[in-house]
Amino acid sequence: MSRTPERLDAFPTHHIAGFGVRAGRPLPFGASRVPGGVNFSVYSAGATGMTLVLYQRDAAEPLAELDFPPEFVIGAVYSMTVFGIDAEAVEYGYRADGPFEPEAGHRFDRRQVLLDPYATLLHGRDSWGGQRRPLRSGIALDDFDWEDDRQLQLPSQDLVIYEAHVRGFTRHPSARVAEPGTFAGLVEKIPYLKELGVNAVELMPVFEFDELDNDRLDPDRGEQLRNYWGYSTLGFFAPKAGLAATGRLGMQADEFKNMVKQLHRAGIEVILDVVFNHTAEGNELGPTLSFRGLDNSVYYMLTPDGYYYNFSGTGNTLNCNHPVVRGFVLDCLRHWASQFHVDGFRFDLAAILGRAPNGAPLANPPLLESLAADPILRDCKLIAEAWDAGGLYQVGSFPNYHRFSEWNGKFRDTVRRFVTGDEGVAGELATRLLGSPDLYAGRAPTASVNFVTAHDGFTLHDLVSYNEKHNEANGEGNRDGDNDNNSWNCGAEGDTEDEQVLALRGRQLRNLLLLLLTSHGIPMLVAGDEFGRTQRGNNNAYCQDNDLSWVDWRLTETNADLLRFTKAAIAFRKAHPALRRASHPRGHQGSGWFPEVSWHGERAWTPDWSPGHRLVAAMLYEHGPHGHDCVYVAANAHWDGRELELPGLPDGVGWHLFADTALPDGNDVHQPGDEPPLTGDRIWVEPRSTVVLVAKQTDGEE
Amino acid sequence: MELEKQMRGPVTVIALNGELDSTTAPRVQQGLDELVPVHGMVLLDLSRTTYMSSAGLRVLLLVYRLCQQMGTRVMVSGISNEVKAVMAATGFLAFFTVAGSVDEGVEVLAA
Repeated sequence: MSRTPERLDAFPTHHIAGFGVRAGRPLPFGASRVPGGVNFSVYSAGATGMTLVLYQRDAAEPLAELDFPPEFVIGAVYSMTVFGIDAEAVEYGYRADGPFEPEAGHRFDRRQVLLDPYATLLHGRDSWGGQRRPLRSGIALDDFDWEDDRQLQLPSQDLVIYEAHVRGFTRHPSARVAEPGTFAGLVEKIPYLKELGVNAVELMPVFEFDELDNDRLDPDRGEQLRNYWGYSTLGFFAPKAGLAATGRLGMQADEFKNMVKQLHRAGIEVILDVVFNHTAEGNELGPTLSFRGLDNSVYYMLTPDGYYYNFSGTGNTLNCNHPVVRGFVLDCLRHWASQFHVDGFRFDLAAILGRAPNGAPLANPPLLESLAADPILRDCKLIAEAWDAGGLYQVGSFPNYHRFSEWNGKFRDTVRRFVTGDEGVAGELATRLLGSPDLYAGRAPTASVNFVTAHDGFTLHDLVSYNEKHNEANGEGNRDGDNDNNSWNCGAEGDTEDEQVLALRGRQLRNLLLLLLTSHGIPMLVAGDEFGRTQRGNNNAYCQDNDLSWVDWRLTETNADLLRFTKAAIAFRKAHPALRRASHPRGHQGSGWFPEVSWHGERAWTPDWSPGHRLVAAMLYEHGPHGHDCVYVAANAHWDGRELELPGLPDGVGWHLFADTALPDGNDVHQPGDEPPLTGDRIWVEPRSTVVLVAKQTDGEE
Repeated sequence: MELEKQMRGPVTVIALNGELDSTTAPRVQQGLDELVPVHGMVLLDLSRTTYMSSAGLRVLLLVYRLCQQMGTRVMVSGISNEVKAVMAATGFLAFFTVAGSVDEGVEVLAA
């Protein structure tokens, strides 16, 4: 072996703490492999000095502490290339020198070894709930062989999103996978996802977090509860080791990449639920882990006397529109888009991303504008949860730059209220079914991510089974979680054997699913809702790492009919462009049979929007290269049935029945393409039920 | 970590005995570089590999890529279930041709 490095820049110019080093490259931030060693770069505007602390992987004591000499500092950036270290075998951190003056915003503490905000791996929580070692930064290799993989770029109007928790999806023994609760376990369930028909998974937090940072106790068992959901990030660039079967080997990045690759091969996009509104450091009583010790006044929104603004409801608020933090968020998302081929992001409490450093909402938030225009993120779906815990509610008014879609909370509330039978909701339901053109005028229906349930709140089964939340197991005396659920138990709270109640619940579930899956916009389902997953009335299961929140796959058999119904409804959506519009309906286009949307009632072409009516009947029509596509949806939330006159169709074309939620299991839905013809020009819609028809050639030929 | 080479007919069988981790990986890689023939047939026998870290897996993949480039036919055999699980979870397994035993591997390669 030659003693001479191949390149001159692989020669050390200095020796510090026993290591050959040279002035590093300030960009990229973080630790990156370079010829002969590793380049470390970290920034801090307020620090007066910085030390790189190196550890042998898993060792308690540092291998070396390397102070950055002044000539290695450019501006506020400390960078150093260290030679002769193996990226896989070392862990690292930083000590930052500086003042501890909270009232001035500074909380430097040289005693703490801080995590690198840009660390691509985090060590210390190597397996879920396992041994708790000191948290250290690690270096992921970027040698994964993607072969021909790239982002799928599915048209937004074709998406059916499936929200899932990586661990909860396969942790239950009934999941029957070799690697329960992991990215690899999710890969084992890809055939199921394909069969269901969803084409995007939205994963609840996968950035490194500490599931052990919850101090509350289970009131029954006395055991410590977990931070199961993980909306409390430690490492924004690092996939969570505890969600990987190979985390103990530090191979979580490889495993994550393989998951994305395999999902893409199945035609399924990957959207990440990302949390940039706050960090795991909490308020002034929280631990100093990274940002607080590196540049507290830059990373966090602070009150004039140095305390933390709390627009996130979790203690602190990331100072997203500070130019440096903006760069950090952009770099992070670029990392996930380029290194992990992720297809999109859902931003938790995204309204915070539009706030100024003093908390005031900005008319033109630079972070959101940067995200919208970023070249690396161009093909990524961007979805905002357009509200925050500080009371900023921006559904329909989120600064979107024609790029962001929104979780449409109004769709959720309206559909729930309509189906439970509230008075005066029919008109608003009609608007929601069309992709909420009232909220998203000038934008596409795909600005609206429609959902009835999400991880936060009741499951679909619980929505029709409970009037009240039952969160006692969270150890907060049932004070946590939303009180405003628009739910209805159909006559008995929780478990019941009353056949009538159960039948009504089944019908309501199908009503909700059908309205969701026939609406314009992007539908989102929650994992397990398609087969009646329950959290036994808990509407805030963030801390329930157990069978309360894990998907119980036995329900695929118990509730096989519901699963079959959901699959058919997804397939029906896929088969009908009239349901997947890329623009809002415009009326009659001249060449076709009908306007793109029309409203009906007991008489065709004659809707009744009076408050007590509780009936919405829409005909959705599209004339395109595929021919005529015409779907009729009638939802009756009244306790009385209604006979409806159907709109007349051209000669040789007749109405066929796709679904009637009032019919007993087994007859409630037909396979798309096999819908039987109706006789006559009228249809009876039972109480609290939904009917979906499709216009087809009466001889069965399209 | 010891490398042991033997010829089984036209097939070069290289056994990797011991722990393959970031400490031993550089030596193993160098050793394999020297032992792998150009345009030949190679079977990597892992039945006595007691531990494999991510660095170890990467050495294997590196050698595999090298073989593909040189036109050397290559297989691995004797992978423990544990290592196999790691390789499957990370997608590495898909890149390898795996035989159950040395005999089986030699038979396939020499056929």
